[in-house]
Amino acid sequence: MKLKSQIIDWTLFYILVAAVPVMMYFIFIWSPVERVLGPAQKIFYFHVGCAWVAFLAFFVVGVYSVFNLIKPKMNHFIYAGVSAEIGVLFTTVTLLTGMVWGRISWNVWWSWEPRLVTTLILWFIYVAYLFIRKMDGRWEKIARLSGVFGIIGCLNVPIVFMATRWWNSKLHPVVFGEGKNETGGGLEPEMLFTLIFSVVTITILYLFLMRKGAEIEKMRTRVKQAKNKLLQKWAN
Amino acid sequence: MNFLFFACTVTWLLIAAYVVVLGKRQKQLQAEIKQLEEWNSEQ
Repeated sequence: MKLKSQIIDWTLFYILVAAVPVMMYFIFIWSPVERVLGPAQKIFYFHVGCAWVAFLAFFVVGVYSVFNLIKPKMNHFIYAGVSAEIGVLFTTVTLLTGMVWGRISWNVWWSWEPRLVTTLILWFIYVAYLFIRKMDGRWEKIARLSGVFGIIGCLNVPIVFMATRWWNSKLHPVVFGEGKNETGGGLEPEMLFTLIFSVVTITILYLFLMRKGAEIEKMRTRVKQAKNKLLQKWAN
Repeated sequence: MNFLFFACTVTWLLIAAYVVVLGKRQKQLQAEIKQLEEWNSEQ
């Protein structure tokens, strides 16, 4: 079982070692330069890739939070926590790269635009979620309480995605699902390929971080249990 | 182009920082396991 897990970890690692330089090549050299924004438009590939992974991470938190509300299990609690951490990390990257994008295209670092505001709310929800998990007390109780926050955050994900459509914001471009046939605002085939490649690579990075993070947290739980056993033995 | 490099650097720096944090957590746990083994052998 451990060997199988190690093989998966190393496979993911080697895929990443190969895919990340290829992704950088696609972004910086191979993909065409956009006419209006110039090379700065290429921020889009990092920005969208990280936003997608943040959404995925929060969806995973939501699913494990539901499981924890039904019946708390340590493994579910661990997976939810690690996924939330990675989600916060990628939301931070999304917000920061979005700010750089905003500076170029809107000439401001921040605008109180629906997509940005809902993303910031999402970030705050999951930061609060991580703080709740650090509380003292029985883990089952914390799993249930944090689970509520996890689900609220997960419900906020579709709101973030649909924000530009529902509030009809003209600032944030709608790239997919727009127009007569809902095919999108239009991306060159090379741009679309680079975007898909970036999203897949960053998703593999998420899987790798998730496995590593969960492995460490499981180890932490086992160490804690062993410590308690030893202390009990000493007390007797 | 500067903005692109800035965004790229921010992205990879944050991801690298998280990997470093994971590494530190693992090291700390390994030290705790070693300590537990020492306590166990002392008994």
